[in-house]
Amino acid sequence: MLKRKDLLGIQDLSREEILQILDTAESFQEVSTRPIKKVPTLRGKTVINLFFEASTRTRTSFEIAGKRLSADVINISSSNSSVSKGETLIDTAKTLDAMAADCVVIRHSASGAPHTLSRLTKASIINGGDGAHEHPTQALLDAYTIRQHKGRLNDLKVAIIGDVSHSRVARSNTHLLTKFGTHVWLCAAPTLMPVGVEKIVCENAEFVHLSHSMDEVVHDADVVMMLRVQFERMNESFFPSVREYFRYYGLTTARAERAKSDVIIMHPGPMNRGVEIATEVADGPYSVILDQVSAGVAVRMAILYLLLGG
Amino acid sequence: MNGDEVTATLNRMADEILKANSGRPVVLIGIQRRGVPMARRMAIHIAEQTQREPQIGTLDINLYRDDLTRVASQPVVQKTEVPPNIDDRDVVLVDDVLYTGRTIRAALDALCDFGRMRTIQLAALIDRGHRELPIEANFVGKKITTKDSEVVEVRLREIDAEDAIYVMEKI
Repeated sequence: MLKRKDLLGIQDLSREEILQILDTAESFQEVSTRPIKKVPTLRGKTVINLFFEASTRTRTSFEIAGKRLSADVINISSSNSSVSKGETLIDTAKTLDAMAADCVVIRHSASGAPHTLSRLTKASIINGGDGAHEHPTQALLDAYTIRQHKGRLNDLKVAIIGDVSHSRVARSNTHLLTKFGTHVWLCAAPTLMPVGVEKIVCENAEFVHLSHSMDEVVHDADVVMMLRVQFERMNESFFPSVREYFRYYGLTTARAERAKSDVIIMHPGPMNRGVEIATEVADGPYSVILDQVSAGVAVRMAILYLLLGG
Repeated sequence: MNGDEVTATLNRMADEILKANSGRPVVLIGIQRRGVPMARRMAIHIAEQTQREPQIGTLDINLYRDDLTRVASQPVVQKTEVPPNIDDRDVVLVDDVLYTGRTIRAALDALCDFGRMRTIQLAALIDRGHRELPIEANFVGKKITTKDSEVVEVRLREIDAEDAIYVMEKI
C-alpha cells in the first residue's frame, strides 16, 4: 500500500513505491483486454480532472483509468470553469473538497500548484504535470514501457533529447531512472539546456550527463526519448529555424539507423513530426510510442487503486 | 492432512468433476493464490484420465472485494488470466478454503464480467463452515468443524514448499 495521500512527484518516491506501482499496473493491464473492460473496485469514488493546460492523453488516460475502475470521473478545464471568472486556484480546490471529491488530478502551468492544493484538501492530489517541474505519471508509464521492452530499469543508458529546459517529463524521468542506477544523458541545444540541470538529482548526480551533440548520445543508447519542442512556452527565439533544429536535434532516419539494433524510441507526445522526430522514425519498427499510451492507462489505474482503494 | 492425503484428495475431486460433467470438457479457474496450483494439479489428473487437457485460468478477486475500505492493509493485486471465449462453457472455480463465502461471491461477480458461462461450479479443498452468504461447494475435499477463532492454513508445495493443512488458534 502506498502510505501517502498524494502523488506529487517522482523525487520523493522510493524505489519500492515505484516498483509497487509498476507491478500493480502489470496486473491491471489485463482489465483493458477483457470484453467488459470494467471492475467495480472504486465504485462510489469521485475523481476530478482539473486541467488548466491543454491535454489529450493525460486527461483521457486518467478518465479511462478511473472509469475502468468504476469511479465517477468529472473533467474541468479552465476555459469552462469559474477560473475564467477569476476564481483563485485555492478557492477552486476548497470548492471541490467541499463536494467530497476523493481525488483531484491537476495540471497547471505553475510549478508547485499540486503541492499547494495537497495542503488544503482532504482529497488525494495527483500531479498531472506542473509547469517545468514534474510529470510523475508520465515518468512511471515510461518506466513501465522501458521495463516491458528491456526487462529491467537498472544499468541502462537512456538519452533524453530535445527541449530539456521546458520539459517536466525530462525532470521526472531523470529522477526515476537515476534512482535505479541508469545513466541518463540529457541532450539539448545550449539555449534549451538550463544551467545546473544536472544537479536536480542530488543523491545520484553521477548518473546524469549532459551533451549538446545528438550523435554522441544516440549511438550507444538503449532508450532514446525525444522531447517535444514546446513552442507555446517560448516567448523568445531559442533557435534560428525549425529546419535548422531538425537538422541538429531531430531524430532522422539516418540517426536512428546509427543507434543500437535493439534501441527503443519513445516520445511522451504530442509529437511535432518533422521538428524533433521524423515521421518514418515515429512510425518505424523501433518506436514504442503507442505502447507508452497503453501503459499510461494501466499505470494510472494502479495509481488510483493504490491511493483510493482501501 | 499430509502430502499424500492432499494429492489423493485433489485427484478424487478431479474424478468427481469429470463424473458430474459426464465427460464434457470443463474450464478450471483457480482463485489466487492457492487455488491456482490446485487447478493446475487437477487439470493434470484430468488430462491423464481423458488424454485431453482441460483449459485452466487464474482469477484475482481483490478488485471485487466488498471489504476493500475495511481491510487494514491493501491487498496486492495478482494476475488474472481467463481463457477467451468461455461463453457457454462449464467452469469450475477452484479455491483452497471455503469459509464465509465472500471470496466466492466476488469470484462470481468477476467471472460474470468475462461472459455468460453455461454453468459455474465450485471446488474447495476444505469446507470449514461459518458461511455468511448462501453459497455451497459442488466438490469438497474435506469438511471440517472449526471455531471462528481458528485459522485454517492450506500449504501447497508450489508456494509453501510442502503439502499440508493446519488448523491453528488465531494469535
